[in-house]
Amino acid sequence: MSIGLVIRLLVLALLVVFLVSPETFAFLFEPLAKNNQPVIYNQGSLLDLTLNHLLIVLIATTLATAVAVGLAILVTRPFGAEFLPLSRSLANVGQTFPPVAVLALAVPMLGFGTAPTLVALFLYGLLPIFENTLTGLTGLPPSVTEAARGMGMTGSQRLIRVELPLALPVILAGVRLSTVISLATATIGSTVAARTLGEVIIAGLLSSNTAFVLQGGLIVGALAVLIYDGLSAIERALTRRTGQGARANA
Amino acid sequence: MIDIQELTKVYGQTTVVDKVSLTVEAGDVCAIVGTSGSGKTTLLRMINRLVEPTSGKVLIDGQDTRSVPAHELRRRIGYAIQGHGLFPHRTVGQNIGTVPHLLGWDAARISARVDELLDLFQLDPAQFRDRMPNELSGGQQQRVGVARALAAEPNILLMDEPFGALDPVIRAKAQEDLLAIQKRFNTTIVLVTHDMEEAIHLGSRIAVMDGGKLLQYATPQDILANPATDFVAELIGGDRPFRLLSLARVASLVQPGEAKGAPIQASASLREAYAECLWSGRDALPVSDNGQLIGQVSRADLARAAARPS
Ligand SMILES: Nc1ncnc2c1ncn2[C@@H]1O[C@H](COP(=O)(O)OP(=O)(O)OP(=O)(O)O)[C@@H](O)[C@H]1O
Ligand SMILES: [Mg+2]
Repeated sequence: MSIGLVIRLLVLALLVVFLVSPETFAFLFEPLAKNNQPVIYNQGSLLDLTLNHLLIVLIATTLATAVAVGLAILVTRPFGAEFLPLSRSLANVGQTFPPVAVLALAVPMLGFGTAPTLVALFLYGLLPIFENTLTGLTGLPPSVTEAARGMGMTGSQRLIRVELPLALPVILAGVRLSTVISLATATIGSTVAARTLGEVIIAGLLSSNTAFVLQGGLIVGALAVLIYDGLSAIERALTRRTGQGARANA
Repeated sequence: MIDIQELTKVYGQTTVVDKVSLTVEAGDVCAIVGTSGSGKTTLLRMINRLVEPTSGKVLIDGQDTRSVPAHELRRRIGYAIQGHGLFPHRTVGQNIGTVPHLLGWDAARISARVDELLDLFQLDPAQFRDRMPNELSGGQQQRVGVARALAAEPNILLMDEPFGALDPVIRAKAQEDLLAIQKRFNTTIVLVTHDMEEAIHLGSRIAVMDGGKLLQYATPQDILANPATDFVAELIGGDRPFRLLSLARVASLVQPGEAKGAPIQASASLREAYAECLWSGRDALPVSDNGQLIGQVSRADLARAAARPS
């Protein structure tokens, strides 16, 4: 077992213990809480908030993956090729919108709560996945796609048996990026009353309680690192399994 | 039989293949040679419709290739390319089984065929079947590429510089293997190369292309003896006599009589025999066939065979 893995498992264990029984760590945060402020977040269960946070990210990223991969497949088919430049610039424009602006625009339409946050995360998650899927599907070695055509595979057979499997590690890298961005962005969702870990941070800011801010931040940070790492590991395994070691490292 | 009629491909303003007509008889090996950019690959790819012709047509055994869907056509035609194009995420066995799988063969038949082909290309099935392509040497990858092209027992095999990336020794070996397999299954082969030596060695007929046009289509002997244009002559290069010698076997010049020294095989090329005469300073070599002395071949006869045919 490598040192890296031990550290990751340790972080995971600490996170779980903290979420289940935050009081255990009260002594750590004590110095940060001024004049009798509560040391540990007390306006709801940290575990519930974390699970809700993760659920929102999971739903948004899953939807974004489905839509972005689907779009990228469409615009790399012969009949969709003319939409390729358009879809690329659309996705780029989407990314230049700050998430707060998306939230602000979505609230009048969807009201307060989880819905506008989901929309913002979904829109925000599209671009990295779309870009990476495009890169994966268009950057395949020409001799391989040529061979697939020459063997007599139909368009969908080429997509399913050759193009997608070979592009998978690159697509997954996009999903990883998107997930991590969403994890961070979801905290902003609590400004429009979505139940995410942002609540903890905002509660801390409102009452000048650094302990709260730190607790919210640490949980989000630990989640991001663990998920990023986990997805990276899956990617590496996939890359090896698809015999593309050299290509992925290039 | 492949019947190519007035085949033309135009990209924008450029005519890349210009009204090429030629017929490849069943069991022939047609070698297409020409300089880079002369349209060889484009011509080849129009046969299995990887490139759709601008005009003209291709008949295979009398049937217009446009009368079947392109992917079905391609499953009937073997296709091997430079850089092999093996699927990096599939094992050697899965790669070879690609077309049989597409054709819906059952698993047992596919795996038997895979092992048969691996044997044929001198790759031990037990050892190689489950390897990934990146675990093979370049020469092995190339053999697997050709094995994959042959998997569904096609009558026709198209090859685009299949040996281009191989070193000379492996290349010569790969050429011998190909010829042996071609003889055994009587496969019709159309092979693109820019190496005249390879074309003469492998081709039963050679098509010389330049600027999209077919300059000459003839047997190697014919091309060597009567190049149609200066360009063809230039492509053949200066060592025409030796290329001529390399085309015929010692058996064709055997005379009764005896000669001194080590014998040469009747199956050796005249070129090898001539080289041996020069090297050992002999005027004649004994000729043996299956270990039996069958006569002798003389240096004078060899030299005559190398002279310009009249
Ligand atoms: N899809 C395409 N679009 C435009 N031009 C093309 C296309 N494919 C090939 N060409 C052009 O057609 C000409 C012939 O190309 P082709 O690949 O058939 O040459 P080749 O004889 O195989 O050359 P090489 O020996 O370098 O492989 C070249 O000038 C090339 O630039
Ligand atoms: Mg070419």
